[in-house]
Formats: sequence, C-alpha cells, structure tokens
Amino acid sequence: METLFYVFATGAVLSACMCILQRNPISAVMWLVATMFSVAGIFLLLEAQFIATAQVLVYAGAVMVLFLFVIMLLGAEQLSYASKLPWQRPLAIGLGVILFAEAVYIVLGQRGLVPIEAPLAESFGSPVEIGGTLFMQYLLPFEITSVLLLVAIIGAIVLTKTEKK
Amino acid sequence: MPVPIDYYLGLATVLFIIGAVGVLIRRNALIIFMSVELMLNSANLAFVAFARYWQQPGGQIFVFFIMTVAAAEVAVGLALIVTIFRSKASIDVDQMNSLKG
Repeated sequence: METLFYVFATGAVLSACMCILQRNPISAVMWLVATMFSVAGIFLLLEAQFIATAQVLVYAGAVMVLFLFVIMLLGAEQLSYASKLPWQRPLAIGLGVILFAEAVYIVLGQRGLVPIEAPLAESFGSPVEIGGTLFMQYLLPFEITSVLLLVAIIGAIVLTKTEKK
Repeated sequence: MPVPIDYYLGLATVLFIIGAVGVLIRRNALIIFMSVELMLNSANLAFVAFARYWQQPGGQIFVFFIMTVAAAEVAVGLALIVTIFRSKASIDVDQMNSLKG
C-alpha cells in the first residue's frame, strides 16, 4: 500500500513536470495521460473505485482525445513560438518558487489531522453507494449539471460555426 | 490507513503548483489548458482524500461534478482556441492582444 502510494505519487509528479516542459503539444498530452492514470491509481488507494474509473474514462479517454483532436486539426505541433516577453519565463519561475515556498510553509505548519481509526464501511466508494448518494441527496445538482453540459455542447457548436455569406 | 492523509494532501499541493507554474511559463494556449486540467485534478485528489478521511461519500460526489464541469470547460475552451486559430493562425496567447490599448 505504502509502496504503491510512492510509485503512483512519483509517477504523477514526474509526468506532470514532463507535461508542462514539453515543446511538442502531442507529447505533453501523452504525459498528461500518464499523470491522469497515476492519479487514478491514487484514487484506488483512497477507496474511490468509481471515481478512479470515471477518471480514466472521462479524463484519460474523452478529454485527452479531444485535446489530441484539436492539436492535429490545427497542426499545432509544428507552430513555433518566438519569445516576445523575454522576462516572462524567469518571472514565472520566481513566482512558482514563491508559491511552492508558501505551500510548504502551510503544509508543514499544520499537523492537526489525526488518523481516524474507525473501520471503513465495506461499500465505501462503490458504484452502489455513489449512485445512491448522487440520485437521492444530490439530485438537483446532478440535473443542473446536465443543463450545463447541454449549454457547453451548444456553445461549442455556435463558437466554431463558420458564417455563410 | 497506512499512508497518512497529509501525504495525499501534499501530493495534491505539489500537483497544483506544477499546474500553476505550467500556466505561468507557457504561451501555448493548449498547454495552458492542460495545466488547468492538472490543477483541477489536484483539487479532485484533495476532495477524495478528505472523503476517505471523514468516510463521507459527499467528497467523491463533488469530484464527479468537478469532472463534469471540467469536461464542459474543455469543450468550450477548445472551441474558442479553434476560433482564435482561424482568425490569427496562431494559438500563442501573446498574439491575443486585439483589445490592448
């Protein structure tokens, strides 16, 4: 369990770093897929089987395929980027280091989470329990989500529609 | 629980910071989008970790909603990128300065 956590955590962090440092967007997508799979593995360690499956299906499947599709549609892997703001990258790295220092300060400064020893219910994180909670306690947000998806579909079609003269 | 919950939160923090740095250092709009996905994923990880800690399924339900919103956001965002590429022939965010005074 502990070994698996370190394997997945190292994989997630390394592939995330590779993702943001890739010059070619297609390689970046592949590294991001690796990150998604590692995070899905960590979800499994946290007893979230349904969420782990949804992560692989929705993120690594649908969303990343959408990214690849757009990259290949635009031919974006061949675009070159002339640097217009030479100070942007050093400034960004400096800000990132500051953000990291702040996060380390906060995470190391708070050690108040005592492990709860109560035994975990057998059904925790199973599709049965997730479905029950989703369709009874959270039914209204679920319905609103369906409207949101409809709006996104219509919005994407309207945005990319070419006007006929 | 063999691995303390703090470790999961630390991992979520590190992933979030990598995503934020990705947004800051890159100019390719597609990679900026991927970094945003990375940040959303780290938030999901924190939600699942806390759901496990408190043994409440509510956190996992929230992750489900975040995934839905992220999918909708990607669909609209990529449509915007395609439209911008049509008019500018570039997806460099520095090129999107038409409103610059």
